[in-house]
Amino acid sequence: MAEERMLMPGESRLSIGRILVYGALALVCLYYLMPLYVMITTSLKSLDEIRAGNLLALPQAVTFEPWAKAWQSACTGVQCGGMKGFFWNSVSFVVPAVLISTTIGAFNGYVLTMWRFRGSDTLFLLLMLGCFIPFQVVLLPMARTLGLLGLASSTAGLVLVHVVYGLCFTTLFFRNYYVSIPEELAKAARIDGAGFVRIFLRIILPLSGPIIVVSIIWQFTQIWNDFLFGVVFSAGEKQPITVALNNLVNTSTGVKEYNVNMAAAIIAALPTLFVYVVAGKYFVRGLTAGSVKG
Amino acid sequence: MAGTIQLNETPGGLRPPVAKGGTGRLYDLMEAWLPKIVIAPTFVACVVFIYGYILWTAVLSLTPSRLLPLYEFVGIEQYQALFGNDRWWLALKNLLVFGILFVVVCLIVGLLLAVLLDQRIRAEGFIRSIYLYPMALSFIVTGTAWKWILNPGLGLEKLVHDLGWQSFSFDWLVNPERSIYTVVIAGVWQSSGFVMALFLAGLRGIDDSIIKAARVDGASLPRIYWRIILPSLRPVFFSCFMILAHIAIKSFDLVIALTGGGPGFSSDVPATFMYTYAFTRNQIGLGAASAMMMLMIVVAVVVPMVWSETRRTSRG
Repeated sequence: MAEERMLMPGESRLSIGRILVYGALALVCLYYLMPLYVMITTSLKSLDEIRAGNLLALPQAVTFEPWAKAWQSACTGVQCGGMKGFFWNSVSFVVPAVLISTTIGAFNGYVLTMWRFRGSDTLFLLLMLGCFIPFQVVLLPMARTLGLLGLASSTAGLVLVHVVYGLCFTTLFFRNYYVSIPEELAKAARIDGAGFVRIFLRIILPLSGPIIVVSIIWQFTQIWNDFLFGVVFSAGEKQPITVALNNLVNTSTGVKEYNVNMAAAIIAALPTLFVYVVAGKYFVRGLTAGSVKG
Repeated sequence: MAGTIQLNETPGGLRPPVAKGGTGRLYDLMEAWLPKIVIAPTFVACVVFIYGYILWTAVLSLTPSRLLPLYEFVGIEQYQALFGNDRWWLALKNLLVFGILFVVVCLIVGLLLAVLLDQRIRAEGFIRSIYLYPMALSFIVTGTAWKWILNPGLGLEKLVHDLGWQSFSFDWLVNPERSIYTVVIAGVWQSSGFVMALFLAGLRGIDDSIIKAARVDGASLPRIYWRIILPSLRPVFFSCFMILAHIAIKSFDLVIALTGGGPGFSSDVPATFMYTYAFTRNQIGLGAASAMMMLMIVVAVVVPMVWSETRRTSRG
């Protein structure tokens, strides 16, 4: 998309201005990459080396011990089972929550564009405003509700919470995407006798690929990275990895093992980084789509 | 809302052919109700879990609830207690400092980067990816990383000492006067790339012919940016502002991971205040009151923005 842009006609290939622009861009790249570099190198150093060397020094003797410890035996509070269990906790509620909220969002978007009824615009407005509320305002009642339902500190409880508060965004995504589908398509199908489900499955769904990917990526990063719901609605062994990481880093007892902390932080970041690297284009699209109104 | 389809409200022509036998009516009825049935759970969830809960929290904020909810009306006592609480005022002040710096710096950095990247840069996609990746990380990871970098004993300070500047001191993380600024540093690092992406998309959406015309008239590049391009990015500014303000008001994870609200409670923000009082100090009523205040802040910031934007766009 960028190639056609004609911003500066008559510009020479290598002017001082060009060099300055590239220099500034490169410098900023270093700034953005620095924390990642520091995290990786620190996680490969021994504690002695960390104390002796400095932040930007490359590890002299690469060790994977901090990684092993972070994964298997680092202590978060009273437990010493590493990040392993918490990592799989996160997987266990993120996957269903993402799939459910995306599925419901797709149907909602379909109804709100192709099958509008009296009040559907109001409903959409209500949902949209839901994207804006600070979650602090629902925490106390939700904690109470989960307790009454017997879902406190359970995986199912976290799935419920993430689905409910993710619906606003997924509905918004699908609705805004489906609005651009020409109505003739659905109308023609309707005349041919296709019903609600068939129009969705045969016409709408096959066109939905890009927005499904966007919704899944958005929801995945949101829910995987969530901390507030995790820290309030889970406890002990059931906690998500973000909460465990925070506990690990802020454990006040014993020697601070910066290398283990950094390894654990990278482990917690890997799934979303992976998604970003593999599906970066869609990640950006999700971000910008989510930004339209929320 | 042009371009949307209203199939079920067009009687006559668009009805499905009726199936033979007695199932026809039932089928019709089901078809008519199916969309509503499909969306009903979301409707219920929205009303209960968002609006019902807001109401519930509002009620709680008017009760003397401490460890357990106690439904006994005490008027605005909790709000009085809240505004008589020094820690709350500090949290509000921190939010103001953090919010303004975070939003302004992110906007400036994001816009500058977008303008630079818009100069037909080779490897643009690659550079953009580098600027954007922090956005994929959780604030907890970001906080952990920056906490290590800003560590006064071993991080940046030691690096500069090793480079030969022995008297250099950078203790913001543990300095109550400065700790909130470290949150700004980490927050900007994480979110500015995203602002850049939005601005870049906006820049690409501008009609080239206007710019060409200006160039023919002999306008300089900075002038073109200042007089033509920036003004037309107004909607992008609005979106960015809204998202950033929203992130700032809700910001909880970053503060927890980076400073834990400390030293003392010097870097507390309303979100950490609410969590502390509602969930670790068993002051449910006070926590609810602070949550309601957060909602008010969001409403006060976001609603006028949305309002003015929708009015502007609907007129345009």
